[in-house]
Amino acid sequence: MSALSFERFSYTYAGADAPALRDVSLDVAPGEFVILAGLSASGKSTLLRAASGLVPHFHGGTASGRVRVGGLDTRTHGPGELAAVAGTLLQDPETQVVMATVRAELAFPLENMGFDAVAVARGVEEVALALGIAPLLDRPTHELSGGELQRVALGAALAGRPQLVLLDEPTSQLDPVAGDELVWLLRRLNEECGTAVVLAEHRLERCLAHADRVIVLEDGAIACEAPPRAMLEWAGERAPALQTPSARLFARAGLRPPPSGVKEARATLRAHGLGGDGATPLSVVRPPSAARRPRRALGRRRAEPAALRARGLWQEPAGAPAVLRGVDVALAPGERVALMGRNGAGKSTLLRHLAGLQKPTRGRVEAQGRVALLLQHPGDYLIHERVGDEAGPQALERVGLAALTERHPRDLSGGERQRLALAIVLDGGEPPAALLLDEPTRGMDRAAKGDLADRLHTLAAGGAAVLVATHDAEFAAAVADRVILLADGCVIADAPAPELLSGGWHFATETARVLGGEGRALTPEQGGELLRSRMIADVRA
Amino acid sequence: MYRRHASVLHTARAGVAGAYGSALVLLALCFTHPIVLGAVAFTAVAAAALSGVGRDVARAARFAVPVALLVALVNALVVRDGLTVVARLGELPPFGELDVTLEALVYGLLLGLRVLTIVVCAALLTATVDPDALLRGLRRASLRSALTASLATRMVPVLARDTRRMQQARRCRPDGGARTRRAQLAVVRAVTTGALDRAVDVAATLELRGYALGRRPPRAGGRRWSRHDLSLAAAAAALLALVVWGLGSGAARVQPYPRLVLQTGRAELALAALVPAIALAPLLSRRGVGGP
Repeated sequence: MSALSFERFSYTYAGADAPALRDVSLDVAPGEFVILAGLSASGKSTLLRAASGLVPHFHGGTASGRVRVGGLDTRTHGPGELAAVAGTLLQDPETQVVMATVRAELAFPLENMGFDAVAVARGVEEVALALGIAPLLDRPTHELSGGELQRVALGAALAGRPQLVLLDEPTSQLDPVAGDELVWLLRRLNEECGTAVVLAEHRLERCLAHADRVIVLEDGAIACEAPPRAMLEWAGERAPALQTPSARLFARAGLRPPPSGVKEARATLRAHGLGGDGATPLSVVRPPSAARRPRRALGRRRAEPAALRARGLWQEPAGAPAVLRGVDVALAPGERVALMGRNGAGKSTLLRHLAGLQKPTRGRVEAQGRVALLLQHPGDYLIHERVGDEAGPQALERVGLAALTERHPRDLSGGERQRLALAIVLDGGEPPAALLLDEPTRGMDRAAKGDLADRLHTLAAGGAAVLVATHDAEFAAAVADRVILLADGCVIADAPAPELLSGGWHFATETARVLGGEGRALTPEQGGELLRSRMIADVRA
Repeated sequence: MYRRHASVLHTARAGVAGAYGSALVLLALCFTHPIVLGAVAFTAVAAAALSGVGRDVARAARFAVPVALLVALVNALVVRDGLTVVARLGELPPFGELDVTLEALVYGLLLGLRVLTIVVCAALLTATVDPDALLRGLRRASLRSALTASLATRMVPVLARDTRRMQQARRCRPDGGARTRRAQLAVVRAVTTGALDRAVDVAATLELRGYALGRRPPRAGGRRWSRHDLSLAAAAAALLALVVWGLGSGAARVQPYPRLVLQTGRAELALAALVPAIALAPLLSRRGVGGP
């Protein structure tokens, strides 16, 4: 019996013109690890909601065809009954947890399934140990980080030991470290407990190496259903936006087959005698001294005044450790800089100080004009009923939303919301001297990221200094010509992007990890050129 | 906000800790005599300090003081009973002829003290009783009420975070977040709309966790009553008995009008002494009280 089966299933949301799912047929075998891929609004979330019974029981709408989960027909079994055979984890960790303590959260689904007190207590212990959240059991849920919350929510979804787990972009709101940990956890569950996994994910490079099969959705229909390598071959011809950086690197270099991960890519390179021999060497990037820092930051434009400069910035909250410790940063007009560092390093706090939202305990910020800040959640900027009321026509034109002025902001897609929020902070007569963005790529597909990178290049070309706080090394490489690395509130490295992003494990692009930092190639395009030149040299030799 | 501390109240089962806090609230509701109210307020503050939630209770008290003063002021201005006029304010629409009496003023202050005491006791209850355990009990009694309570309790911190973020986003607008009434209304409307979206998401999660199946949670049968459960339950019962005795015997009665009569004899002093003695005694023994 399949863990999950769809038979010619179609579904249209109530009030929608077009179906969200069209004639979908698929089977997921017990113990299989399946990835759902596709651009935003391709139907991934709807498919998972149909598998969990939320569609149509919770959302309404019209459906045809049949969905069976662990043998239960979703037409006759609601989400509560299906929860016993399929655990579901959605995107936002904050609304995935409904009780005040972790222990109560894990016990909640078991109590609802009618287990007795002993079985509930045992189930809580088992799932807490399996997911490594036993130390959190007595913590209040409102004190947990996003990664911890998502783990607890996964624990609640798995507490009844379902044979299938459905995950809708569970890492989209997490930083890369927490996201990677969650994916590894899923792999362990899949391998050790035999739980079938259906995972919808934008960052395919994060999970493709673990998958047995990839299902690609386009406009609500299945466009491709194949093992990872075959899917990447298909994506190379039909959907380049779904290619991973390693696959794009191989495509540029003319190598085949496309690798599903860094390990496979290196093995192929070794087989072709093109390197891939060892771990990435750690490049030595010294933090500039306090005296040299601003000059170096300004680079070749040192004659110009800095568009934005922080001098000796300290943030020392009462009764807590310092968040910023004497940070010196200078951005030249038109410069594009990425601000990187682990969670809690002080990135968001630094951006708030630079934008004047917070006052430092010591130190000062100088700007040659307005400083615009785009916070992490673009939806927080949207307070009107019409897109046209949120920002002026020129600002909307600049972000490509001029045609959507009559739409309700909440009806926009994630990428469109991001662009509207950008229009809001850029609106007004005076163009900003500096634009700061805090984690702007969370939950974005590759196409939307590329679009944002292009817009930032245009803004920088217009003279605005751009500073992007991000965990996404690929995006940093695409946008920035300089990277500042923050740790414990201090600048620990400040160097050109190729220097910093090519030598490391975490703060490195996938291309740099595949090539071991050689040639300081960061993007698949640069890496492809490097490999091609090496192949040509080999042929000549 | 509930956070587990190493204290007797946090160690005890939620039902018992809830009964203990509720008994204090009941005392504040049933008596207006300042000696008794003072004793109850002192007891609640001392219990909060012994339970490590002094700051939470102090914060709640700070918010309650203006409300208490407002109650006192309104009573003094609105109530026309009492024989001792202390101020003649003349004709004041829409109240008409306004005379402030000593009795209305004092009784207003007593009502304010009661409000303050109730808030302090309620804050102690909120900070020391695990809401999940209480909801669990509620689910056994009424599924629909528990569902509403579950949604409401979860939405409070989520909406608080949303509001903070939206206020920051408003400050990031080029105009620095216009402070006009229209702009503020727009933010309020956005938060409300967001609350509906958030509530739908939380409701979907409740569905996925099987809440709609309507099964009653199991009784927590395995856990034996600890010494703290027993001593707190006994204290709650004794406080309840004090309420019954006080009301039955007419002790600590306050007659505000036409002349203020505050009975103050042995019965009132005994009541005021017994409340902290009974309520605080179980909190002093910390045997078996672990860390969080």
